[in-house]
Amino acid sequence: MDVRNLQKPLASIVSAGLSKFGKLEGFSIREIFALAAREAFDNCPNLDVKKDVKALFIGHMIEGSEHQGQTGPLACDWIGLPEIPSFRFESACASSGSALRNGIFSIMSGLFDVVIIGGVERLTHLAVSEATEYLASSADYAFEQWHGFTFPALFASIARAHMYKYGTKEEHLAMVAVKNHSHGAKNPKAHIQKEISIDKVMESRVVASPLKLYDCSLISDGASCLVLTNPKIARKFTDSPVNIIGSGQAGDTIGIYQRGDLSTLDASARAAAQAYKMAGVKPEDINLAEVHDCFTIAEILAYEALGFCKRGDGKNLLEEKETCIDGCIPVNTSGGLKSKGHPVGATGAAQACEIFLQLTNQADKRQVSKAELGLTHNMGGTGSTAIVHIYRRG
Amino acid sequence: MTKKQDIKNASTVGGDIEDFTRDENGNIYPTIENFYRFCSERKLMGIKCKECGNILAPPKMSCSKYDSYKFDWITLKGKGKLLTYSIVHVAPTDFQAIAPYIVGIVELEEGPKLPGIVKLKKVEDIKIGMDLVTDFEKTSIESWVGNTRYYFKQP
Repeated sequence: MDVRNLQKPLASIVSAGLSKFGKLEGFSIREIFALAAREAFDNCPNLDVKKDVKALFIGHMIEGSEHQGQTGPLACDWIGLPEIPSFRFESACASSGSALRNGIFSIMSGLFDVVIIGGVERLTHLAVSEATEYLASSADYAFEQWHGFTFPALFASIARAHMYKYGTKEEHLAMVAVKNHSHGAKNPKAHIQKEISIDKVMESRVVASPLKLYDCSLISDGASCLVLTNPKIARKFTDSPVNIIGSGQAGDTIGIYQRGDLSTLDASARAAAQAYKMAGVKPEDINLAEVHDCFTIAEILAYEALGFCKRGDGKNLLEEKETCIDGCIPVNTSGGLKSKGHPVGATGAAQACEIFLQLTNQADKRQVSKAELGLTHNMGGTGSTAIVHIYRRG
Repeated sequence: MTKKQDIKNASTVGGDIEDFTRDENGNIYPTIENFYRFCSERKLMGIKCKECGNILAPPKMSCSKYDSYKFDWITLKGKGKLLTYSIVHVAPTDFQAIAPYIVGIVELEEGPKLPGIVKLKKVEDIKIGMDLVTDFEKTSIESWVGNTRYYFKQP
């Protein structure tokens, strides 16, 4: 992508759909995706699905959990489009962020004018130990897991480094959980729609110190779906499209131990810088964001990497409640991975779904007023993949 | 030279491989398998880039600083400082017998950083910045050749 495209939207979202997130008993991967796709299609009466949809870009991490491969054709087949080309992306929890970014590329290339972006994951039918082992495979098995690091222990080590350097406290981590649960309580699609207290977080059992049970996101089933079009034809499908105006992606070492500064998410900062430059906007222009709160510490690190505050100052935004729905920069109005849930492959596109709902005034009880610009931040593994997108009300 | 059959055995049954995997000139490949083979001989080894002198541990197939894949293996002193840590309470199946246990990231004197288990006489002595040294232990988990892991302890 070229900076010359600065003022031109890259692509437009004209519809979005989400399955319920949580334990979706009785549904297999292809059916969970079909729930999300059906909602996206139903919400877009002007879309002639069979005629208009030219390709599927789908994020999915754990293919082995159903002895089933070929997620792309599988998903297309079960939504009545077995003949269209499909592309499956795997970058752990950033899988559908990758799918979205590549779907945008396909629109920009001119090859397709209407595509669907999907994400899907089914995790709750696995034993918890099995699910966590699959998820941990996004880190460096040979040096982290084999040496006793669990996935929470990796983010716990990052948290400890941040606390040591900047004086962030466990109470600040708890504030992230409390906020996101209060947002998720307003989201009918959320896995856990329940408010919690600081005490509840602080008293929850230690998973990997300093992280406790309520610092961790949820193991959920779920799917997400977006209808993405060339901006020139977006109004054929809706009066209120949402334009994607910036896209950035960066990488980092697979293991956290190799990184220069353990208290930052460097790839996220670099991905954000790309997206801001392409969109021609600054962090202070952003009205709301969905960030990758796989653990509470990750949301604080995201504030800093995305430039919502200076490094080390993430705790101040929480103390001043600036990231609540009525704050100056509401973050994770959907409830985030913490409360809405984290069906890993579905998460990136689900973040875009929330921004779409917010920028088209469809977020109901959690609606942010007068939002023009939104941002999503999606991470894979311990931040070895970071993807940032910026959206403008169309 | 190691026969292909031996390599296959090594990845399925730890400890069965007879020798290091080497290139046509007899140089030991900078692989993870070979790194852990050195561990099973109680040696913490890194590699030094022949072009820029950068030291890598664990070894990689290419230098991270210079576009080079020519290295010498070097012995690391195994001394370093604790950068960060976590105490794992909810442990994977293979580690439940020792939970809660400490994992940490240690910056070695030679520069590289390694993650590993930290064993202290008193858990409450854990402190960022503390001096640690490397030791080795054979594990019951069948994984890398020799099933030997380095870990960190107080000097």
